Amino acid sequence: MNKILLIIQREYFTRVRKKSFIIMTMLVPGLFAGMFAVIAYVANDKDQTMHVVTVIDNSGSFKGKFHDEKFIKYAYPNQSIAAAKAALKDEDDLLLNIPANIKDSVQLFARKKSTLALADNIQGQMNDIAMGASLVKAGIDTASLHKVKSNIVIKPTELTAAGEKNTSMGATYALAFSGAVLIYLSLFIYGAQVMRGVIEEKTSRIIEVIVSSVKPFQLMMGKIIGVGLVGLTQFVLWIGLTALISHFVGHSASGVNSALNTFVHNLGSDAGYELGCFLFYWVTGFLFYSALFAAVGSAVDSETETQQFMFPITLPLLFTYILSVSYLFMVPDSPLAFWLSMIPLSAPVAMMVRIPFHVPAWQLAISMCSMIIGFIFTTYVAARIYRVGILMYGKKASYKELAKWFFYKE
Amino acid sequence: MQVKKPTLQKAVCEDTDSGVGFIQPNQLNLTQSTQSTYSTNSVTLSQAIHLNQNLLKQSTPPMLSIHNIVKQYAGHTALSDVSLEVKSGQIFGLLGPNGAGKTSLIRIITQITAPDSGEVYFNGEKLNQSHIDRMGYLPEERGLYKKMEIGEQMIYLARLKGLSRDEATKRLKVWFQKLGMETWWKMKIEELSKGMQQKAQFVATVLHEPDLIILDEPFSGFDPVNAEIIKDEILELNRKGATILFSTHRMESVEELCDSIALINKSKKILDGPIRDIKNSYKNEIYLVEYEGAKVSLNGSAPFEVIEETEGEDNSHTIRLKLKTGTNSNDVLQYLIPKARINMLHEVIPSMNEIFIEHVNKIA
Repeated sequence: MNKILLIIQREYFTRVRKKSFIIMTMLVPGLFAGMFAVIAYVANDKDQTMHVVTVIDNSGSFKGKFHDEKFIKYAYPNQSIAAAKAALKDEDDLLLNIPANIKDSVQLFARKKSTLALADNIQGQMNDIAMGASLVKAGIDTASLHKVKSNIVIKPTELTAAGEKNTSMGATYALAFSGAVLIYLSLFIYGAQVMRGVIEEKTSRIIEVIVSSVKPFQLMMGKIIGVGLVGLTQFVLWIGLTALISHFVGHSASGVNSALNTFVHNLGSDAGYELGCFLFYWVTGFLFYSALFAAVGSAVDSETETQQFMFPITLPLLFTYILSVSYLFMVPDSPLAFWLSMIPLSAPVAMMVRIPFHVPAWQLAISMCSMIIGFIFTTYVAARIYRVGILMYGKKASYKELAKWFFYKE
Repeated sequence: MQVKKPTLQKAVCEDTDSGVGFIQPNQLNLTQSTQSTYSTNSVTLSQAIHLNQNLLKQSTPPMLSIHNIVKQYAGHTALSDVSLEVKSGQIFGLLGPNGAGKTSLIRIITQITAPDSGEVYFNGEKLNQSHIDRMGYLPEERGLYKKMEIGEQMIYLARLKGLSRDEATKRLKVWFQKLGMETWWKMKIEELSKGMQQKAQFVATVLHEPDLIILDEPFSGFDPVNAEIIKDEILELNRKGATILFSTHRMESVEELCDSIALINKSKKILDGPIRDIKNSYKNEIYLVEYEGAKVSLNGSAPFEVIEETEGEDNSHTIRLKLKTGTNSNDVLQYLIPKARINMLHEVIPSMNEIFIEHVNKIA
């Protein structure tokens, strides 16, 4: 037991002290903060130049009917199209040529390419005007029509035992989405670290020295737990640093801060529950997959040879991930979502998608049990392959070979 | 003077009964022959003393006693029914061509793998997990963590063998000073030359002062200077009481270092015993004689048969001869002295290399 602790210590500290770890830990919250800043900037980044649109209306039904907006003004001079074209000097100004027959195409001239937003605005207004004209023509009172038309906004309210609770659909989706992405990514990143560690020990040949001091199982578990702790450390630091940065930067970009606050507020009282579930699925998912990664690492001589074994491990994860972010979060209670969140291979990602939409306790219990059974099973299988694989140099392993190793006596 | 045979045998039997392990007294033990000390009637004084010394030694259990080890991997047998014994304080050579099963046997002793059947006793106790810390193992395939500082790495490896951090640091400083490695402490393995890495690895093997040091091809990869340093260190550790078991296929180092050897070929032990006895048993009454003068013509009364005769420069001749039964080297001299001036006569003792090759080829 003491020896496992020593191994965990080494695996943990050699990784945490690495430059790449420190850089990653610092960089990611910076990237997050940068991302928020960009979003905030984009949100405030409206077209701020004044555009004057000269309308040459040959049909006669649009004259004087465009609404001026803050940065778009409409003018209706009595000019021929040729004169208007000649008069168009300013780069930001436009010339709208409406043919006599509205069915012919409408032309928009400019010294430089007009933006999509501008064209959209003009086109939308024209359609409204044309439709209004048609309605009047058909004898429909457009004034009362406008009165009837309403702006409906749905305000999602969840009925809970404690009463009604305002929720934000956006926040729930974001939570489901980010949970799945984080688990998916970290299973890969830290699983691959375990695998690389095993390969390193094998190719540097230190493995034989180590296993003459400790049992292969101790070494494997020490490595898995050590790397797992590195992962947890990194997450804690990321969350802490991001919170810190957004706290300080937040004041200068109040829009971002309030968005973040709303998000956190919307997690509400469930934050603990959600964080707990995330931790559970992270830990068990990591144990489940990294054992398999360790077995793969033990079976090969270099990282380039891992492809054939990586495929069946990463496929279910990738499959669940793609399904999760494209489909499952829209139907979190569908039978497919249910089954995917029960199978240990896909449960960490699939369940994280479902958690924000509230999963029945019994389903959560079964899923958690299956995760625990699952990682004990993969650890057992992996350990049997690992103990043989680490001592096999220069032998290209096949699946048949791995099966043989599994059944080797000690 | 003769020693009574029964007393000796009794002593041996008692020892066996005590469960300490069977004894192969100072005698070559050929698996294919039934030859044994006790079949010879005359035991000389020197032999008796030698036997007594051995019996004394065996009052402490052997460092390593291996009984009928069988190890099979899918499709091939790595070890079939191998038994041998390494006495405390010995330097024991495990010989054999590549792929003979040496490393398999070592991995069983170091508990990296377990045998399919058979037993290993360490210091009289059945091999178990607690013995791991009493062994130091330098594998043939060597390596250390490339990115880890050497000092830290050595301490880590020693702590895995049960040493405290303080104790490991203290001992490491002594070793580093001894081998001129003081400046290496903060260096990474990848910054060292191959020879330096080997030196570091040797230190890692012995830092926890193991009772049994197992070295798999210890001299491969060392330049002659470092090989000499390591050899001296091995001898010193042995003088301080460590038992050394090393495997090799390089015979020079065997004759230089080993007290006893075991020869393994194709998963079987084919020969073991003290080197001197093995070599003595392989001398075939063959002598080499060099004389000056006219070529001696031999007749039927010569006490030997000529195997090979060569003529050198300056009228010198060399004969490789085999004694006829019942004659000795004095008879050869007596026969030749009247006929020529003898420069040299010596018995041809086969080198371990010759014995090794002869045995391996015989089995093949």
